[in-house]
Amino acid sequence: MRRTRFEVALWALQRASAAVLALCVTAHLATNIYAVQGGLSAAEILGRTRGSVGLALFYGLFVAAVAVHAPIGLRTVLRETLGWHGRATDAALAAFALFLAWFGWRAVAGLVA
Amino acid sequence: MGTIEVRVWRGTAEGSYQSFAVPRRANQTVLDLVTYIQRTLDPTLAYRFACRVGMCGSCAMTVNGKPRWTCRTHVARLDGDVMTIEPLKNLPVVKDLVADLAPFFDKWAKAEGSFKPTAAPGSDFVVVKPDTAARVAADAGIECIGCAVCYSACDVAAWNPDYLGPAALNRAWTLQNDVRDGGKAARLSAVAGDAGCHACHTQQSCRAHCPKGLNPSAAIAGLKRAALGALLKGEL
Repeated sequence: MRRTRFEVALWALQRASAAVLALCVTAHLATNIYAVQGGLSAAEILGRTRGSVGLALFYGLFVAAVAVHAPIGLRTVLRETLGWHGRATDAALAAFALFLAWFGWRAVAGLVA
Repeated sequence: MGTIEVRVWRGTAEGSYQSFAVPRRANQTVLDLVTYIQRTLDPTLAYRFACRVGMCGSCAMTVNGKPRWTCRTHVARLDGDVMTIEPLKNLPVVKDLVADLAPFFDKWAKAEGSFKPTAAPGSDFVVVKPDTAARVAADAGIECIGCAVCYSACDVAAWNPDYLGPAALNRAWTLQNDVRDGGKAARLSAVAGDAGCHACHTQQSCRAHCPKGLNPSAAIAGLKRAALGALLKGEL
């Protein structure tokens, strides 16, 4: 029963994170395309992003959604292509989720701090 | 009317194709071709059929790469003068065109695909109104004949040998919507495991190939929603 609840929760988390990603990717691309119309240097970008709480929250959420979504999708790919499944695979994927979250948030900190 | 070249799989998992020239006839079905070969050209050919009228689900085979019910598939509707007939995919082959359906039906059992009565013996008939939402959902999938065409067409069944498959999940969904059934909690747990309804990618190959025009993908989506609802209510 516990395993079943885990499976359903993973499915729900993947759908929820997909919805968040759809919004985040759209906002990210739209902002990028708009911002670089006149040409922007790295220094100019950092000048605008440093100290922005809104940007930190937006990209923090973006990274969280990626860290949730990607490992769950990869879990299905591993099962269907290599036949890998079970607790050891899940533990490795949890580590992968932490890896994505850590490096993603680190990148966000570099942008806004 | 000429002849048609029929390439037939001979063997089990290992084997090869054998070609036969079969006379064309009016209103000829693919099952007619196979029957002609077995009765006239090579009596050692193994194949399976029973009702010949699209009711029993016995005669499904892979025809030109696609799973079909052969008794209701007219040769004239398929293109070309060469036809390739193989056993159903995603199942072990017993011999020639006969697939072993035991794993397919074992998964119906794993999905708790049997009716669990709640009424005591001798009690009166339950009144089930046909226009209720639950009955409409059950009726949408109830005409499944268990031919395994959907299972043979399913990529997830090919990739994940434990996947319960569209037919078993469709059956489970019809029972989840049967007001007389008392096995709903156990069934939802059975179909929400790691090779159950959530493994479906909604590619809808089952829907595209079902000879009865059913939509197992919709049934699976219903199970996903029901499982999530049960999880949120603490009933899973």
